[in-house]
Amino acid sequence: MIQVFKSINFDWLGRRRLFIGISVFLMLAGLGSAMFRQWKNPDGAFNLGVDFKGGTVVTTKFNQPTTAEAIRETLARQGLADATIQGVTDRADTFLIKLPLERTGGEQSQEVELGRKKVRDALNTIGPEREAYEILGTEAVGAVAGAQLRNKAIAVTLAALVGMLVYIAFRFEWTYGAAAVIAVFHDVLVTLGFFSIFQWEVSLTVIAALLTLVGASVNDTIVVFDRVRENRRLHRRDSLYKITNDSINQTLSRTVITQGLIILSVLAMVIFGGDVLRNFSLALLIGTIVGTYSSVAVASPIMVWWEQRIEAAKKADALGAAPLTARSTRAGSSKAKAEPLSARAEKHPRGAV
Amino acid sequence: MKKKNLLQRAIIIAVVTLLGIYIVIGPRRKPRLSDFTWSGIKTTLASNIRLGLDLKGGSHLVMRVRTDEFLKKLTEGNALAIQTAARDAGYPPKDVKVEATSGNYRMILEAVDPSKFGEIEEAVKKKVDLTDWTSSTSGNTNTWTLTPTAQRALAEQATEQAKRIIESRLDAVGVAEPLVQRHGALSSHQILVQMPGIQDPERVKDLLKATSRLDLVHVVSPASPAPVQTYATKEEAEASLGGTVPNNRKTLEYAERTEPTTAGQPAAATDKGKQWVVVEWPAVVDGSELRNASATQAQGGASDYQIAFSFKPSGAEKFGAWTGANINQYMGVVLNDEVKSIAYIKSQIFDQGEISGRFTKESADDLALTLRSGALPAPIEYQEERTVGPSLGADSIRAGVRASVFGLLFVVVFMLFYYRGSGVNAVVALLLNMILMLAALIVFGATLTLPGIAGMILTIGMAVDSNVLIFERIREELLTGKTIPSAVEQGFQRAIVTIIDTHVTTIISSLFLFVFGTGPLRGFAVTLVLGLVINLFSAVYVSRTIFMWQLSRKRRLESLSI
Repeated sequence: MIQVFKSINFDWLGRRRLFIGISVFLMLAGLGSAMFRQWKNPDGAFNLGVDFKGGTVVTTKFNQPTTAEAIRETLARQGLADATIQGVTDRADTFLIKLPLERTGGEQSQEVELGRKKVRDALNTIGPEREAYEILGTEAVGAVAGAQLRNKAIAVTLAALVGMLVYIAFRFEWTYGAAAVIAVFHDVLVTLGFFSIFQWEVSLTVIAALLTLVGASVNDTIVVFDRVRENRRLHRRDSLYKITNDSINQTLSRTVITQGLIILSVLAMVIFGGDVLRNFSLALLIGTIVGTYSSVAVASPIMVWWEQRIEAAKKADALGAAPLTARSTRAGSSKAKAEPLSARAEKHPRGAV
Repeated sequence: MKKKNLLQRAIIIAVVTLLGIYIVIGPRRKPRLSDFTWSGIKTTLASNIRLGLDLKGGSHLVMRVRTDEFLKKLTEGNALAIQTAARDAGYPPKDVKVEATSGNYRMILEAVDPSKFGEIEEAVKKKVDLTDWTSSTSGNTNTWTLTPTAQRALAEQATEQAKRIIESRLDAVGVAEPLVQRHGALSSHQILVQMPGIQDPERVKDLLKATSRLDLVHVVSPASPAPVQTYATKEEAEASLGGTVPNNRKTLEYAERTEPTTAGQPAAATDKGKQWVVVEWPAVVDGSELRNASATQAQGGASDYQIAFSFKPSGAEKFGAWTGANINQYMGVVLNDEVKSIAYIKSQIFDQGEISGRFTKESADDLALTLRSGALPAPIEYQEERTVGPSLGADSIRAGVRASVFGLLFVVVFMLFYYRGSGVNAVVALLLNMILMLAALIVFGATLTLPGIAGMILTIGMAVDSNVLIFERIREELLTGKTIPSAVEQGFQRAIVTIIDTHVTTIISSLFLFVFGTGPLRGFAVTLVLGLVINLFSAVYVSRTIFMWQLSRKRRLESLSI
């Protein structure tokens, strides 16, 4: 039998400061990028696709070899100076021509209809359609529809999170649910941060990927929590701190295998999936890596910390503050190494209320 | 007892598998031998799986019905009717104003003598249907307000009517298998049109949007033989009315002999021959009374077309009465608020007429079609257009299939390498999952879209996870020194709790996507939910049966390949 880990006994919760530090750093980096870009350009925080920003994308295949620069010049001569041209990596002759929504007055609806026509009129100066070039596809979204799609995507994501919170609270404890949801929120933020830093395009499919990773990350967290629940029943004398560490270690080989396989197949999508799936698979790739990390490094510490505070608060209620100080010093000295979290919580019972 | 249980499970699995395979590759008619050759399977597969527009090519349009415009028009029409009714009853109002901003539609009547409001209201009620309006009086004004409930109901009616008209236009123009349905929330008044195979939707888009509106009007002019009274500019025309245009008059552009027009678009303005006329409003007869309209060749030039129309009996009656009473008066044919032609009435006409104006064959056809299908109750505007050519769609299929195959290959190789004998078990479950997922898509008539393929790839990931959870658990149990049968038993029992929790959470989030999400998100959610439900069968039930079978073959199993 081949095994990834023979028998591992790693103190995950002991490294929580480092983990939380990394998470905070990643989130701040993404947030910083988004804020900096927003400050430089009011719409610049993310590279939003037409789905959310509105505008027109015309996918065009050119029958003579051409460059993005040449197309840009042709379009600019016909008055389409604000068009962006983007090559398709796996097909040298195909380009995406993107037109933003015109921001003059309330006539955005016109734009949705005319984008394709404008591009065609401009390209007809190179040669007739079908001979010189071919329009393979168009995507045009008006401002109203764009805002609608954006709001809907956010609403659906939040609703899905609440749904999961309720389910986990029902199956476990609500602290578990909250910890899982916070971890997932963290994953979404970090992934979006990457999209802001590298200015990858956020389209409707990226939202689908984010939602998937919400599901997958909660999955991963549940596997650990499930083991915690089981171990708590089996080893009633052990502290939650130890049980959680053990549970992470016991499920670690599963985590590495499954998440590793998912990451590999998503990597296959990034490499072989073509341009259409690229942003979707990039979001999934980063999300899966972050999600795997967060179920161990974010969800578990939060859950333990929270449970311990509740526990401490209960004890403080039952015993009063005075005797607890004496007891906790003893507990703190004997178990300080094994249970730093719980020791701290007991030392400052007032903080728990 | 165990043996019987195993047999029962094996039969269930065999039946489901064979059924699944047949649903996927079998034809929907009596099968022939040729259906089971490689090329035969390929063609049936292509016809069995419904591909979304993003994969097979086509055009996807989302349009919004401007119900605010509809309500505004309704309010204006009613205001005019109120004014006329009050005047006819002998209480000519000082003014009738219209307030029409979105969500707020009012008609404000300013009376000369406020004490006569009761009489005015009585008179108005007899002529105008005001059941949807609430009336209130203050000072010398009386205000009718359209209730929010009525606003919603009327806007809804307008949207449904627009949808029917769009359906009939699509039908008339010959788009194959179009899909027309309401889109988004009910209050968004959106209509989704999907047209498979349409690569260049320009003409259809113009045609659907065309508000082609026909009015036959009385032109204000001295009677024939004097020439018809026209004005060089709009200002001059207005000046002839004393500067302000009253409610029952309208100034319209008169573009005699315009260049060919396309449906719904005003003719390119040629300076030559552009004039203005004053007409009586409302029209004598309008397009709603049309019985038929068709493009016919004009008698003069062979390349010129005109549109011949006829009225329904009610329209013909009105038209006949009016023409009979107005011999030698001038009548204008107005299309989309532009006077196309003016003629004096030689004799009483009942139900025939024509619009001439140098149309091309196509533009005359399109115009006749939009006139026939009735006027849209309100203008529509396009909010989204997604058109995918067939080659782009084929590219996406290739990329998606390639990515799935590579992903699957990775997984299969790894599982066989890492779990040895039990890896086979997982691979069988995985393949079965894929087959059943395709079968489920076919049975439910769901469409496979690009995000759908992504959902399938994700299902592979979740399916593997279930197997890994089970196998790792069995290994753990074996390490604690349990016998093989009890380790397998325990492994499944423990792992299934986790599997159910992970599956239910993902299904919950996918359900939100399905219920509240739009197009692409939905396609993704459908395959994911189907895949996960099937996975509970393939990864847990089937995998377990294979283990049971392995265990039952030897009385005492010494080792388990895992």
